[in-house]
Amino acid sequence: MRVGVVRFPGSCDDVDALLAAERVGQTELLWHKDRDLHGVDAVIVPGGFSYGDYLRAGAIARFAPVMEEVVEFAAAGGLVLGICNGFQVLCEAGLLPGALLRNTSLKFVFRQVDLDVVDHDTPFTREAPDRLSIPVKHTTGRYYTPEPVRVVLRYATNHNPNGSQDDIAGVCNEAGNVFGLMPHPEHAVDPLTGSTDGLAIFESIKAHVGDLVQA
Amino acid sequence: MAAAHRGLLSRRVVMRARVLVRPKAGILDPQGQAVERALPALGFTGASQVHVGRVIELDVEDEAQLPDMCERLLVNPLIEDYEIQRL
Repeated sequence: MRVGVVRFPGSCDDVDALLAAERVGQTELLWHKDRDLHGVDAVIVPGGFSYGDYLRAGAIARFAPVMEEVVEFAAAGGLVLGICNGFQVLCEAGLLPGALLRNTSLKFVFRQVDLDVVDHDTPFTREAPDRLSIPVKHTTGRYYTPEPVRVVLRYATNHNPNGSQDDIAGVCNEAGNVFGLMPHPEHAVDPLTGSTDGLAIFESIKAHVGDLVQA
Repeated sequence: MAAAHRGLLSRRVVMRARVLVRPKAGILDPQGQAVERALPALGFTGASQVHVGRVIELDVEDEAQLPDMCERLLVNPLIEDYEIQRL
């Protein structure tokens, strides 16, 4: 399995995403000007501050050449994972419903949170336990949607760090092949940093891609 | 003077526009609330319904494109309302 990680100017969690994905397969760095996904099986849009987060977080990045390819890839059923800023980009690109707003506190939050996996029937959570401990770090993480959406992760009781609607921490599209979340599974793959719960997301992707290859 | 100079060089008719972007009514606006709470600390009383938005000013050759520019980039219509002003 090969996982592609997008790098925009201003991305900063791309390297951790590559290192995390390397634990389950091969990886490929996808430059924001690429018009080719190099045949990867899954794409990660990582965290950071793409294009300086000018205008709105993710608003400019959605027009990057590589995003045109990602949109096509997603439409064809390809797995796309957006983490933090990547989640914001996927919402701006219309690949996921809703939008992310400034935290209710207006403050940057950086802490370990407990998450309830409320949908295991996705390629990203099929191997995950019911509860994950994963860090968040963001200022614009308050999820908002006027429409019902397919919720995959919720902050556990009293763990909502940003005022997110209905404690929503991660959502996927109807088909389930595009998933975005504010917490950072790629920062929770090594015991050194306190939790390896994030690996469950990457192992789920590996299991899903493995099934596709066998089918 | 700078504007006149630019006009001579380009010979294009441009319109100066201002786009006012506001948080949609009903969506929590913590920034507006923070400003509203700060005003009494300076002795200003009676200010309410404070909301903080964004102003974008631009020259355009074709003003008919402005609504599309707003819908597709300048504004996220899910969370923001906008108003186009001709300057």
